[in-house]
Amino acid sequence: MSKRLTVPKTYKLYIGGAFPRSESGRTYEVATPQGDFLANAALASRKDARDAVVAARGAVKGWSGATAYNRGQVLYRVAEILEGRRAQFVDEIVQQTGVSAAVAGAEVDEAIDRWVWYAGWCDKFGQVAGNGNPVAGPYFNISVPEPTGVVGVIAPQDTALVGLVSAIAPALVTGNSVVVVASQRYPLSAISLAEVLATSDVPGGVVNVLTGSPAEIAPWLASHPEVHALDLVGAGDLDWIDLQIAAAETLTRVLPPENGVDAAAPSLARISAFTETKTVWHTKSLI
Amino acid sequence: MSGTSIVTLPERALELLGGEPDDTTLRRYLHGLPGVDAVGLEQRAAGLGTRSIKTSSKAWALDKIIQLIDLTTLEGADTPGKVRSLVAKALNPDASDQTTPRVAAVCVYGDMVPYAVEALGSAHGDPDEGGVSVAAVATAFPSGRASLDIKLADTAEAVAHGADEIDMVIDRGAFLAGRYGQVFDQIARVKQACRREDGTFASLKVILETGELNTYDNIKRASWLAILAGGDFIKTSTGKVSPAATLPVTLLMLEVVRDWHRATGDRIGVKPAGGIRTSKDAIKYLVTVAETVGEEWLQPHLFRYGASSLLNDVLLQRQKLKTGHYSGADYVTID
Amino acid sequence: MSFLEYAPAPESRAILSLKPEYGLFIDGEFRAGSGDPFVTISPADESHLATIATATEADVDTAVAAARRAYDRTWSKMSGRDRGKYLFRIARLVQERARELAVAESLDNGKPIKESRDVDVPLVAAWFFYYAGWADKLDYAGLGADPRPLGVAGQVIPWNFPLLMLAWKIAPALAAGNTVVIKPAETTPLSALIFAEILQQADLPPGVVNIVTGAGATGAALVRHPDVDKVAFTGSTAVGREIAKAVAGTDKKLTLELGGKAANIVFEDAPIDQAIEGIVNGIFFNQGHVCCAGSRLLVQESIHDEVVDRLKDRLSTLRLGDPLDKNTDIGAINSREQLDRIRELSKVGEEEGAERWSAPCVIPDNGFWFAPTIFTNVQASHRIARDEIFGPVLSVLTFRTPAEAIEKANNTPYGLSAGVWSDKGSRILAVADRLRAGVVWANTFNRFDPSSPFGGYKESGYGREGGRHGLAAYLKGAAAPRSLSERGTSETKREARAPKKEVAK
Repeated sequence: MSKRLTVPKTYKLYIGGAFPRSESGRTYEVATPQGDFLANAALASRKDARDAVVAARGAVKGWSGATAYNRGQVLYRVAEILEGRRAQFVDEIVQQTGVSAAVAGAEVDEAIDRWVWYAGWCDKFGQVAGNGNPVAGPYFNISVPEPTGVVGVIAPQDTALVGLVSAIAPALVTGNSVVVVASQRYPLSAISLAEVLATSDVPGGVVNVLTGSPAEIAPWLASHPEVHALDLVGAGDLDWIDLQIAAAETLTRVLPPENGVDAAAPSLARISAFTETKTVWHTKSLI
Repeated sequence: MSGTSIVTLPERALELLGGEPDDTTLRRYLHGLPGVDAVGLEQRAAGLGTRSIKTSSKAWALDKIIQLIDLTTLEGADTPGKVRSLVAKALNPDASDQTTPRVAAVCVYGDMVPYAVEALGSAHGDPDEGGVSVAAVATAFPSGRASLDIKLADTAEAVAHGADEIDMVIDRGAFLAGRYGQVFDQIARVKQACRREDGTFASLKVILETGELNTYDNIKRASWLAILAGGDFIKTSTGKVSPAATLPVTLLMLEVVRDWHRATGDRIGVKPAGGIRTSKDAIKYLVTVAETVGEEWLQPHLFRYGASSLLNDVLLQRQKLKTGHYSGADYVTID
Repeated sequence: MSFLEYAPAPESRAILSLKPEYGLFIDGEFRAGSGDPFVTISPADESHLATIATATEADVDTAVAAARRAYDRTWSKMSGRDRGKYLFRIARLVQERARELAVAESLDNGKPIKESRDVDVPLVAAWFFYYAGWADKLDYAGLGADPRPLGVAGQVIPWNFPLLMLAWKIAPALAAGNTVVIKPAETTPLSALIFAEILQQADLPPGVVNIVTGAGATGAALVRHPDVDKVAFTGSTAVGREIAKAVAGTDKKLTLELGGKAANIVFEDAPIDQAIEGIVNGIFFNQGHVCCAGSRLLVQESIHDEVVDRLKDRLSTLRLGDPLDKNTDIGAINSREQLDRIRELSKVGEEEGAERWSAPCVIPDNGFWFAPTIFTNVQASHRIARDEIFGPVLSVLTFRTPAEAIEKANNTPYGLSAGVWSDKGSRILAVADRLRAGVVWANTFNRFDPSSPFGGYKESGYGREGGRHGLAAYLKGAAAPRSLSERGTSETKREARAPKKEVAK
């Protein structure tokens, strides 16, 4: 009996809830550490980035306008689906990075657990980050966190899944939308994750995944006026200072690179980095 | 539902209301007026209270305040003797200084009017001409809780005995219960009861009793209502309920009077009463009038202070300006 | 005679004993600056007030070194409780010398004494009082278990609220355990230098606060200094942008509080008379030299004419004149440069087709003055609807529906503040939800409080000053936990720390 012929997956971009190829038509080879061919990943162009930002911008209103409870449920669903497809993700990580199944399994577990952690923050973050302010006058005064808008992310480059998840999830908690450039070496898990997002009630455009060269794409995100915050967590090997300077032109909020296994470790600071605090005063009187 | 059966209504009321002044129409009109934000109103009043006036203006201001006072006694224990003492003070506020101007009017209960008129003698007259008027409270002052007939009789009697001005109270219970038509009707009828045989009218001040109306929105609506129904003056308080006059309330009423003037060209007077005890406070009211409706309103036919102890404090300040040193209670007379 | 001829009721200058010249305040004492000294004048009559030192790059270096020494040896080792006590002392001294500070501020800045006395200086004291209490409670600020200061903060402040902006910068920095080098604005250094005397009276350890006066170059030197850990800037968006670029690639934390073009939205059901007050306060308070000024009036079209009429009537009671006169409502423009800019943009407004109306104020011969001005018939595409004028100039636009009001209000790169006027609570809350602005005032305007966070969205900057949120700029949180599956969550840490319970026998 001959071995069954496989049907290899095509890895495209994830923009606006759909899976288009790069408008440039370009791809690049993704191989195992031993050099065996795995897949052709899309090589995103600046126009793809532009389209992604447009999609992200269009999605902010609905996503930030959803109730926190709703966002929490959607994010939790992502974890559910991810859990169900655990084996696929483990295999993909083993193939891309060459680690053992056990190590890959630990990474996938961690990614899922981090996703669950952030899902639980949606309807609580406002309580921890916001508060009433006891002003010295007849006013009701409250400060609340709001999403900053579109967050551009250069995902950690050294892991296939957990770094990406750690960078995306916190931005989504308060209602931001995301344009993320995945690990250049290990892009396939990012697109598989996108498939999970697409089937988890995450509205189209809330997360947009670009694969390819961060060096090529990042400058376009940095200088785009409709990218309100830029997470350079995975940009340590790029000319990231130039990116920060470009972002300063439109007062984009920038997070600097982080290196090592702790990159983008879970924290409240990662959620608040992508929020703006709004303070509202209202006169109070009986008469 | 209450309405009015008066034969002649103020023309302007009908025009502005666009209908009979019944509860529904009045409610629609009054509740359609822009609301009042209390915090903002009180801040504006406080800001006006920080105006500082120079010494020469101060002397003018003190004299002006005296000329705008309705010197008042409204006690159950009032006697003809008390009224005579009040009138004497009204005519000659500062025994040690004959240059002191006279007050605008004396304000007494309706049954004390004859004694006031008698005591004033030839000085009884229009304050614009150097005389002193007699203002009488009427309509079952201060509570207003009596039948309309009694209130009208109360008014007519005071007018017949020589009162130049009637300070009536509105029916606060009716107002708070939403019976605006009834409140309107009573004011219009009392205005008619102010008519003398020769066809002239005593001037009608309508006391809103702002302390009982409680909210600024109510005070604004009651002010408009009183003017629509024919009042010549809107007055804050009876002085028997706390809070009486306050600067924010008076500011609000001046804004109504300003807006009425813009809308119709007519001028209505404002009288804060009760709780204004010091010259410093009284000056704040002058400033508020000047900056809200204009200095033109600082005359007896458009602005009065309902006060008793204020006069002596003004005289003390007046003495200080003259002599350069502080004065004391022994140097002003009892009224 | 007109009763409204309010006196010149001038606050006496006698309370001030200004020195003829001031040095830099470094390491607890005044010392000469190495640069060419400059003069600070009263913008009301252009008279000379004092000669001020200029800090060169070398002076800035000395100041930063002093701040670093004070941080390493004293301030970072001091308990929060003791840091708080110094801040309480400062607050009380500010209250004691309040009148003096207010007079100095009005003289140097041009703002009416009524404002510096009743708004600026009381808020300064309140700001120090508020942050004094945080100094030993940082664990409770929501920033992690044991937040640590950043080190040396370099701070650059503007001329519009000189002492208040100084308080906004210094109080939280010190409460959080940082030391400070601060550069007052070139045209308004005086109140900061008197404040330095207060620091000496409070016996604040030398070097904890250093004040380096000078112009743009001094500020640039401070911002770029390699030993500054944290930069805080309040000023124009243009300069803020340059500072953001300058700190790129460094470890310096940055907060910016920049310009604005706030919309003051008046709905047809607004409490009209109070809305008029709010409009006037919004743009004419402090001569419009306010980053959060309500410089665009968005009035519902149905009440436009009435509102404009009432506004003009109200403006005619405003008094423009001597800042030290207690009756003055509108003071002097801070500098010739600023006056020129206001004039230029007003001219642009006329050329663009808007209609100009100014309050009939008598303008003094000397000094820098601009009468309160309203432009009606302004359209969203006009420059005077978009550019920050930073003066007593109001642009009036209209809208038809709440959605249109929000759209117009948000149609700007700025996002600092906004006002909403309506009697309908549900509408106010919904509009406030949708405005992209860091501060929203409902049925009021220009309210400030040390417990209330202030700062912008978008190109109005980032970071917040005031409140619990205001501490975040000056602290770094505890290290983030490692992966959740390790013993990294707070829960598991607590379990690990909890002593084993004795089992009852």
